[in-house]
Amino acid sequence: MASRTASKDIITLRGSAAIVSEFFGYAANSILYNRGVYPEESFVKVKKYGLPMLLTEDQGVKSFIANLTAQLSEWLEAGKLQRIVLVIMSKATGEVLERWNFSIETDGEVVEQGVSREKSDKEIMREIQAIMRQIASSITYLPCLDEPCVFDVLAYTDTDVAVPFTWIESDPKLIANPQMVKLHSFDTKIHKVDTLVSYKNDEWDEE
Amino acid sequence: MDAGSLSCSTSSSSATSIKTRSRFPLQEQHHHFIQRKNSKENLDRFIPNRSAMDFDYAHYMLTEGAKGKENPALSSPSRDAYRKQLAESLNMNRTRILAFKNKPPTPVDLIPHDISTTHHQDKPTKLKRYIPQNSERTLDAPDLVDDYYLNLLDWGSANVLAIALGSTVYLWDATNGSTSELVTVDDENGPITSVSWAPDGRHIAVGLNNSEVELWDSTSNRKLRSLRGGHRQRVGSLAWNNHILTTGGMDGRIVNNDVRIRSHIVETYRGHEQEVCGLKWSASGQQLASGGNDNLLYVWDRAAASSNTATQWLHRLEDHTSAVKALAWCPFQGNLLASGGGSGDRCIKFWNTHTGACLNSVDTGSQVCSLLWNKNERELLSSHGFTQNQLTLWKYPSMVKMAELTGHTSRVLYMAQSPDGFTVASAAADETLRFWNVFGAPEAATKAAPKARAEPFSHLNRIR
Repeated sequence: MASRTASKDIITLRGSAAIVSEFFGYAANSILYNRGVYPEESFVKVKKYGLPMLLTEDQGVKSFIANLTAQLSEWLEAGKLQRIVLVIMSKATGEVLERWNFSIETDGEVVEQGVSREKSDKEIMREIQAIMRQIASSITYLPCLDEPCVFDVLAYTDTDVAVPFTWIESDPKLIANPQMVKLHSFDTKIHKVDTLVSYKNDEWDEE
Repeated sequence: MDAGSLSCSTSSSSATSIKTRSRFPLQEQHHHFIQRKNSKENLDRFIPNRSAMDFDYAHYMLTEGAKGKENPALSSPSRDAYRKQLAESLNMNRTRILAFKNKPPTPVDLIPHDISTTHHQDKPTKLKRYIPQNSERTLDAPDLVDDYYLNLLDWGSANVLAIALGSTVYLWDATNGSTSELVTVDDENGPITSVSWAPDGRHIAVGLNNSEVELWDSTSNRKLRSLRGGHRQRVGSLAWNNHILTTGGMDGRIVNNDVRIRSHIVETYRGHEQEVCGLKWSASGQQLASGGNDNLLYVWDRAAASSNTATQWLHRLEDHTSAVKALAWCPFQGNLLASGGGSGDRCIKFWNTHTGACLNSVDTGSQVCSLLWNKNERELLSSHGFTQNQLTLWKYPSMVKMAELTGHTSRVLYMAQSPDGFTVASAAADETLRFWNVFGAPEAATKAAPKARAEPFSHLNRIR
């Protein structure tokens, strides 16, 4: 019994990459829903991380995120992904309004030597749950997105990564003089993910 | 610090370099410092002991050291982090930023594009919006029942205002200011406890003290039907969701009535133990918020209504400490609900009805009788009782008070918003009905202001 419990808590590089890329898929869906980038009718409710989560039903967005997470797992398994950024831009002007920044630190030893680490699923889930809660409640402090918006995802990878056929190099799409709020982190003991949202200052509140 | 004097001493060890410089009388401060050091006295109040400081080493590290090869022994964790951050922010050679060639589909515009851009350009002028402090118009409302738990005022999509005064429902046409009487109920059935326009702006539901609900056609002044059997006590709150009329009673029940069919009671929500006084459907028609005298706020899911589970509700929210009457769904954020508590609570709370999380709570200092969102701006209007009997306009989400409108001399029980969203009517226990241009002037905004999705057919009424 003891050995079984112990074996359950072992986490491999591949497993960790799967957790992180799945997390990003849910986080992206949650952001798109909570920030109203896509209409709320296009989302359905599912249960995940012990929370009701929303997933898009829009085929275009669905396949975009699916392709994205598939590529992310590949990079994560190679330890080449440094950060993922979800950018929300004004549809009319292309101005960047929000950047959801997920920084990833990879344990180099695991990638190079193929060792595994120990951490319980439950604990990881609890950490992710806290982040998801924070994303859902971010609407209280983030400025309202008054205009139709679009989103894009940037992946920061090591330079020695060959650019896949379907990807292109991009500029970082930074926001000048942003406000920043740091959210919780989670750690699979192999990948540590820090979440931070930066956003454009609301002119109204400054007055 | 003089860099010239130091360049000759960089190769020597830090200890000797101090000595070298001690004989170099260029700078007064250093001279003093050495003197004190030699005399073993520390007269500097601010930096009591400079002997532990290694100026040469520090200078070297700031200038020469950084130019040369990195010495692994010199790097500290914080330094590493700083360099890493610097490199990252400058995007130096370490990172490659990639994005998909195929972009995600752009969301379908809820608002026609040309309108949204003009709306955007209008923003600077709107920032300086003038909010009139006085009511634009005041009408007499004799015999208005001073009862917190009723809902006696509604402004329909055909721009006709309905108000119940005692046992009579009056209609006031906002386009020409004409008044007409819709119905007077018998004394044994009255008084009227609630009125609510159907989304079409033509039919109106009237809740009565005798537990019945009547449906009226306002164009022909004809009663269409009575809904009986849903409640045992008075019906104080009504809410429409297309052809479903939801009624909330003093008996704590909430009933969904399908007004098209003979056996109209299609679903019953049980949860409240006391009078239901607030009832609002979300714009999507998927969620119903209900507030009661039992201090509870429930969120019900339309889809779960027919399932026969023990707990039908989506969320049971116990945070208010007094009756929950004021409810308002946010027009620009589908899962955001604002609720206000009675005199013992005085708070406006914001909820994410998807998770049930309380997002914010603001103590207003007074009973919250009703809440309205501005359909055109991120603002919320609340109406209050003792002591000021005011209407307060809040900026959302910062909840900065933008205006306080006074005029009513008793608690402001009911509020209703014009179909264009700009004018607010308020009825108070002082038996007056006042109109406020609190949400801006229609001429200042674009002709067809972006509409809330709540009223899919409202544009039809506009064309006349």
